[in-house]
Formats: sequence, structure tokens, C-alpha cells
Amino acid sequence: MVEHELQLGWVDHELSEEFPELELWLMRVQARSGRSPDPVRERLRTLAGRITGGHVIHMRQDPVPWAYRVFWRQIGLDPDTTRTPVEQIALDRLQWGGLRSRNLLDDAITIAVWETGVPVIALDADLVGSQIGLRLTGDDELLGGSGRPLPERQIAVADEHNCLAVLSGEVADERGVTRSTTNMVIGAIQVKGVPRISVEEALWTVADTLSVGG
Amino acid sequence: MPEVLDQHRPTAPYPQGPPSRPPLAPRTRPDERPARRTLLDQVAHLERELSSLFVSTWPRKGFEFSVASRGGPRVLGLADLEELRDDLATRVDHARRSLSDRTYVEEKHRCRIEEMLLEPEKHKWVRIGNDDIGEPGCKHWHVTPRWGIFGMLMNWWRVKISSGCPLAEGHCAP
Repeated sequence: MVEHELQLGWVDHELSEEFPELELWLMRVQARSGRSPDPVRERLRTLAGRITGGHVIHMRQDPVPWAYRVFWRQIGLDPDTTRTPVEQIALDRLQWGGLRSRNLLDDAITIAVWETGVPVIALDADLVGSQIGLRLTGDDELLGGSGRPLPERQIAVADEHNCLAVLSGEVADERGVTRSTTNMVIGAIQVKGVPRISVEEALWTVADTLSVGG
Repeated sequence: MPEVLDQHRPTAPYPQGPPSRPPLAPRTRPDERPARRTLLDQVAHLERELSSLFVSTWPRKGFEFSVASRGGPRVLGLADLEELRDDLATRVDHARRSLSDRTYVEEKHRCRIEEMLLEPEKHKWVRIGNDDIGEPGCKHWHVTPRWGIFGMLMNWWRVKISSGCPLAEGHCAP
């Protein structure tokens, strides 16, 4: 197993004052996405078999999914409209009758998010700066530097130059992982009520799953 | 003694009259952090109650749990947080009342099922389903005459309990 280093991203002063326990954890991984190998597809199938209606209903009382629901509320999102990633996976599973394999990275993120409840994003490490963190958007900022305009004072994942992703999960197209990506930055948001071990597990799960794909 | 009292007599604050300019306005704004912290905690508490009510209402339908978004993800202002807290409190209150009303009616239906079973002839043609008692599934209790019209004429009534939802296979599949 390859040892990956876990890094703590910076958090803007105003944000850390409002949410003292908000943190962004990052892990740089040398890996490619692509078609998921059979073991990953099999794991996805097994996972889908474990998701039942009763489980999904009671999920919002589990500590980690609940912590993200609360955080979603506190930052002005309605978690019943803009779902937290783990609830979105559960809903997709109930609607589609299974978890569909899309590609290795997305499958790895699905597995990690479902297993831990922690939202995870991935960026192309060669297309982003070295200092990644969380801040509020300024005037006339574009997602990824040339994407859609972002409203002022939105909470975003950013590097030294650009906003890379919106906190609710939307990643800038020009900074996200593509077929040609060989180095990735995986990020996970930690909020109040979420133990660090869950965040670490989420990042390690993604890294391990990606390593299965070679 | 009068000399001593005279020494302690306060002097006028502005012997030459009040200052021409008002004192400087404070440079710092009032600290909103304690209020914000309290509001954020209240939002968390209300979200827990709402989640708990959501779980309690399942599998009943017709409840509303949505609270409008505030254009996030962003740091909400004090007024936004207050509005959010109030909306959540209203939603929790409404959901709790609706659940309480619903469970009251369900309890009545349960009692009626017992009465139907004891004295079916007093509840002719009454039909109560699982929906009416807040349980999942298609089971229902139906008071029907034994042996059709003859039973009706003789006042022989019984409660028929359905065996549940139709199977997904077979001739009569839904």
C-alpha cells in the first residue's frame, strides 16, 4: 500500500470564526480514473444491496449524516432540496434500484461517501495551486477562473488564484479530474460533530479504491 | 463639618458649558458572535427535532418537512439566521401537531378494529386499512356478511382480514 500524506487546508478567518470546527483535509494521490475494474464494481453492488428503505429513513439520525444536514442548514441550503452527498447516493440507490458504475474515481467517491458519510471532492492536482483551502467568494469571481459566475460571499474551495469548487459539491470543469489526469487532490470537509477518523477514512477509502484500478 | 461636606460636593462636568462636538462614535460594531453562535446552536437543535419527527412519521405520507434555502452555501447574516430559526421552529411545530392529530385518528381506528372484531354486526361494511392506522402494507379489515345476501338477511356479519399486498407475480399482478 502506498503511503499518502494527509494535509490540512487553510480556512478563511471569517469562516473559521463562524464555524470554528470547519476544516478541509486534502490528500494528493497519483492515480488515473477510467473504467472501474471488476472488484470495484462488485463492491458497489454489495454496497447497493446493503442500502434499504428503512436504513435510508433512519440515516438522517446517524451522527455523521446528521452533522452535514445541520451544516447544510447553517450555510443556507435546504438538505431536502440540495441533498448532502450521502443522502443523494441513498436516494439514487432507491430510485435506480442499484448503484451504477460510472468510472473509477466516481465509484471510489461513492463507496467512500456511503461508508463514512463524509462528502469528498477530487481535483486535478496539476491544474490547481499548491495552497488549497476554504474562503468566501469576492466580487465577479468565476468558478475555476473561467466558468460560471459565482455569487458574492459563497463558500468555496479555492487555491491561491481561483475558486475550484462550491462547497455543496460542484467542481469547476477546468479543474476537475479528466481522462488525462495522473495526479489528483482529494478533499474532504470536516464539520462540527464529525470525528476526524471518519474524514481520514473517507480519503483513505478513495485512495485505496483508486489504487485497485492501478 | 460644613467644610468637609463642601469638599465632597461634585463639581459641574462642563464648567464652561457642554462641548461643541458630540463624543466620537464607537469605531467597533457590536459583537454579533454570541448571538450568531446561539442561533446556529438553535438551528442544529431544531434540525435534530425535525429529523426525529421525520423518522417518527414514516411510513405515513402527506407531511411537509422542507424549509426554504437561503441561497447558500454562504455565511448567513444575523437576520437570515433568525428567519431560518423561526421557519424551522414553525415547521417543527406544524409537523408535531400534524403527527399528533394523525396518531389520535389512528388510535381511534385501532379501537374501532377491536370493536369490529367483537361486534361486527354493529359496523356493517366498515373497512379500515393499514394506512388508517399508520402502518405500511395493504392489509385491511372489512366487515362483510357471512354467506352473502343470506347472511345480510340473517344479520350474520364477520370481519374479513386481507392477507396483505398482492404479489408482484401471477395472474393478478398489479
